[in-house]
Amino acid sequence: MDDVVTGLYIVAFIAFIEGLRRLRGPKTAVQGNWIAAAGMGIAVVATLLKDEIGDWELIAAGLVIGTVIGVPAARSVKMTAMPQMVALFNGVGGGAVALIAYAEWRDAGGVLPPEVLIPSVFSAIVGSISFWGSNVAFAKLQELISGRPVKLPGGPALTSLLTVLTLGLGVAICAGLDFRFVFPLLLLLAAILGLAAVLPIGGADMPVVISTLNALTGLSAAAAGMALNNTALMVAGMLVGASGTILTKQMADAMNRSIGNVFFGGFGAGGGSVPGAAGDDGIDRTVKSTSAADVAIQLSYARLVVVVPGYGMAVAQAQRTVADLAAALEKRGVEVLYAIHPVAGRMPGHMNVLLAEADVPYDKLKEMDDINPEFARTDVALVIGANDVTNPAARSDTGSPIYGMPILDVDKSASVIVLKRSMSSGFAGIDNPLFYDEKTQMLFGDAKASVGEVLAEVQQL
Amino acid sequence: MDVLTEFAILVLAAFVGFEVISKVPNTLHTPLMSGTNAIHGIVVLGGLLVIGTADGVLNDVLLVIAIAFGTINVVGGFLVTDRMLGMFKGRGAAKKPAAEEGGS
Repeated sequence: MDDVVTGLYIVAFIAFIEGLRRLRGPKTAVQGNWIAAAGMGIAVVATLLKDEIGDWELIAAGLVIGTVIGVPAARSVKMTAMPQMVALFNGVGGGAVALIAYAEWRDAGGVLPPEVLIPSVFSAIVGSISFWGSNVAFAKLQELISGRPVKLPGGPALTSLLTVLTLGLGVAICAGLDFRFVFPLLLLLAAILGLAAVLPIGGADMPVVISTLNALTGLSAAAAGMALNNTALMVAGMLVGASGTILTKQMADAMNRSIGNVFFGGFGAGGGSVPGAAGDDGIDRTVKSTSAADVAIQLSYARLVVVVPGYGMAVAQAQRTVADLAAALEKRGVEVLYAIHPVAGRMPGHMNVLLAEADVPYDKLKEMDDINPEFARTDVALVIGANDVTNPAARSDTGSPIYGMPILDVDKSASVIVLKRSMSSGFAGIDNPLFYDEKTQMLFGDAKASVGEVLAEVQQL
Repeated sequence: MDVLTEFAILVLAAFVGFEVISKVPNTLHTPLMSGTNAIHGIVVLGGLLVIGTADGVLNDVLLVIAIAFGTINVVGGFLVTDRMLGMFKGRGAAKKPAAEEGGS
């Protein structure tokens, strides 16, 4: 029977790899996802064929509970809440790894051979960090807790101390340390480490955090595979560990930050002086507000309008109205393009997903490097609920926490119209000099309502 | 399986993951993260394997939770990814702007 299982596992590996390969293109991605899902189904069925499988009613209970919770959650979540949903699903995966390691350790009475014990301890630590870290990421994105960086007493030193303690206890367990609650203590320390590592990180860095935790969960699954002598866990876990690491690096690169910087730099949390927080740095702090009718006129008589969408558009669910406005402008002969910053919204590709939902053609969506040279000939840059990704301070102000992050050069266009709910600062908690620029006008209000008003005005012209 | 064989498998899998993923366009990063996220739901297998041999009520409870967690990770992950990707599929076709939720 084990040969059959191994054969089916190989089919599952092919499905995972082929599925991931097809996720590379928008046309094949849907199939790719289902091929990977089929691989997962095969891997589960194959595992259930193994001789040592027992306790069927408990297995059924676990599978049913998971399905009953997972399916409605995935189906009912709003598109804007996708990032935190991914964080949550990632977290439970890590939690599962930690619980399995604990149960295995308990069952063996703490006596395990080193080739099982070492990967078990590793998977317990990483799984627990991933579970608690992901839950904090979820809570921040869901705004259950503040998205701002939370300053912990001790700061990075506390995280370092917890890391040393957790790793030290892990090594001690591998070296033979054993008392009654040693494993729960390990899980607890790793949990506190996970909380302490993610709490100080501001919302702008959350995509990098979720991606890192995703890679970590993959690695912990691979370690669990070593402990359980199971190739399916090892291969699938490692595939995710490797891909997640690359994705994390790409995201960090897009923000010109190293991964170490994200976790230990404390976006706007260190130092205590957030530039622009006080009003006496020489910048004229008056903003010009404008009306929907005025915006409509400026847009209608422009040659090139570049729409810069951000999280505000996602929250307001304004993407369809934005697409309608663009269509109305195009009918009048105005060229409309969309400037997509790699980290606009809460995840890379967040804006692309939303605009694709609103049937905006692909070729209108321009990535940062393609659109930045175009701003010089842009008549109106229409910033819809984007903030930090347009902040010129990233280019010029060496004291700014986002200094060095590549931004969209909207300030190079002839005029800028910013749609914003209020004058509050962005998710990163940093002031944006763009708003005080001579050629910038602000249109305050909910993005969907504002765009709707502008659209109505355009149609009357 | 000896430890060296295990390491060989891990190293090869890491390289495959690296090669397959490094060519994904920016646009598909969110679905990709979600898709890989679903794949590490493979941890559910760990729960299935251990629950048969583990004794004791607490172990059973821990493992049922672990299987449930793993299942949420798998089914939720693949469904959410599919919904995200569905957004790319219907482009060009006339869709009702009134529908708030893209159906799944």
